[in-house]
Amino acid sequence: MRRNAVAVVGAAETTELGVIPNMSQIQLHADAALNAIADAGLKLSDIDGIATAVETPQQIAHYLGIKPTWVDGTSVGGCSFMLHVRHAAAAIEAGLCKTVLITHAESGKSMIGKLPRSTPPDSLNGQFESPFGVYGPPSMFPIPVLRYMKTHGITHEQIAMVAVVQREWAAKNPRAMMKAPITVEDVLNSKMIAYPFRILQCCLVTDGGGALILTSADRAKDFPNKPVYVLGTGESVETPMVSQMETFDSSRAFRTAGPLAFKEAGIAHKDVDHLMIYDAFAHLPLYGLGDLGFMPHEETGKFIADGHTRPGGKLPLNTNGGGLSYMHSGMYGMYALQESVRQMRGLAPAQVKDAKISVCHGVGGMFAASGTIIFTNEK
Amino acid sequence: MAEPARARPKPTPETQHFWDGTAAGELRLQRCDACANVYFPPRPFCPSCASRKVSIFKASGKGTLYSYVINHRPAAPGFTPPYAIAVVELEEGPRMMSNIVDCPQTPEALELDMKLEVAFEKLDDKITLPLFRPAKG
Repeated sequence: MRRNAVAVVGAAETTELGVIPNMSQIQLHADAALNAIADAGLKLSDIDGIATAVETPQQIAHYLGIKPTWVDGTSVGGCSFMLHVRHAAAAIEAGLCKTVLITHAESGKSMIGKLPRSTPPDSLNGQFESPFGVYGPPSMFPIPVLRYMKTHGITHEQIAMVAVVQREWAAKNPRAMMKAPITVEDVLNSKMIAYPFRILQCCLVTDGGGALILTSADRAKDFPNKPVYVLGTGESVETPMVSQMETFDSSRAFRTAGPLAFKEAGIAHKDVDHLMIYDAFAHLPLYGLGDLGFMPHEETGKFIADGHTRPGGKLPLNTNGGGLSYMHSGMYGMYALQESVRQMRGLAPAQVKDAKISVCHGVGGMFAASGTIIFTNEK
Repeated sequence: MAEPARARPKPTPETQHFWDGTAAGELRLQRCDACANVYFPPRPFCPSCASRKVSIFKASGKGTLYSYVINHRPAAPGFTPPYAIAVVELEEGPRMMSNIVDCPQTPEALELDMKLEVAFEKLDDKITLPLFRPAKG
């Protein structure tokens, strides 16, 4: 795709984040969408493209009263919204639509109007994973991590530091769920969930949502906010079964999507001012740093433990506090995108000074899917 | 009231041979007749070269411990925590999820790359699960 041909011109989260017992899941979508439309200074009737995940595009379009000529229901887990940005940019470039709304919301905590997730017993997951006691993401997502640690020489303390550093960022974000400082000892003494991971290495469970509005860069300058351009994009999927990943030393979906985005953007790693790596669990930033090519996997744990990603470090990472400390309603990719957009607008609570390029990398399922978006505020 | 049972797999036409195998005390894999690729989970074509000429064979049942978690909470129905959810690397190449039996469910006892052998656990007349235990000798 052409660099900087499409821009984010509207971005907002739900009015509240955290525990929202007075809204159903589709109303959370609508709340985020209406906030994003107001942020862009648009009317609902200006939207001619819609993308969403888990909930169907028809559900959200009908509820909002939108009459789209382009829809995308790609639903590959928490990075679906990265893929929506990529697909929307291509669609706008191709002239299929002019103004796309992407929504996410999940009543992850309050469970109001939330669609049930189930694994049929005759699916491959149902036959070859469910019988062995997997029960929700905490029992599945960390399965690769002991192998990763052994192969690359990563320590428990280094992975605990991921949670410690992100809490430092969360402390700077008024809307973050968890702001109290924590230590490596706190992490390693917290309640065991699925060895080797304890509760402070697992994402939060919250309610909330977010929405983005994209249009062509030519039109973007006429909007009230500073345009945030889509510089590069990548996507891939691997397998819905964590046990069937090619290797646990790395994620194939990550190392496909990430480099695609860097190549499209035409940038080097040293050009990156701000980085978001979807952290449903504490090992994901390590996989991301390695698979996106920032450094060999052997160095990822030490890099974080040495403080290079904390406030004031040379590679600010997950500056909202991440899924571990900011919020995680079930599909966190949208919140990572929101933070990249805030950073590129210069309006983030923990603003990285003079940041011009932000890389936003998402995961879907248990390493099942991946999407990478590179943003810039300079055309 | 009966205790909740662990999730029971329901075979499909493409996977029936695997579950027939475990019921007969055999771990069955598939090998591509064209490119010799051994693969799992079952399907009637080779995911490496797309050939539909594939053969079912009895695997050795030997493998090594590739990775695992020891699940504490929440526990799946039919499981008493803490219990290990493991991925076993089979001698023939493919990996599969399983549980490790006849072994303490502790990080000290569960060493990565330890040798394992298949141990069948009958759920009912139709379904037997392939579990693994530390290899003898």
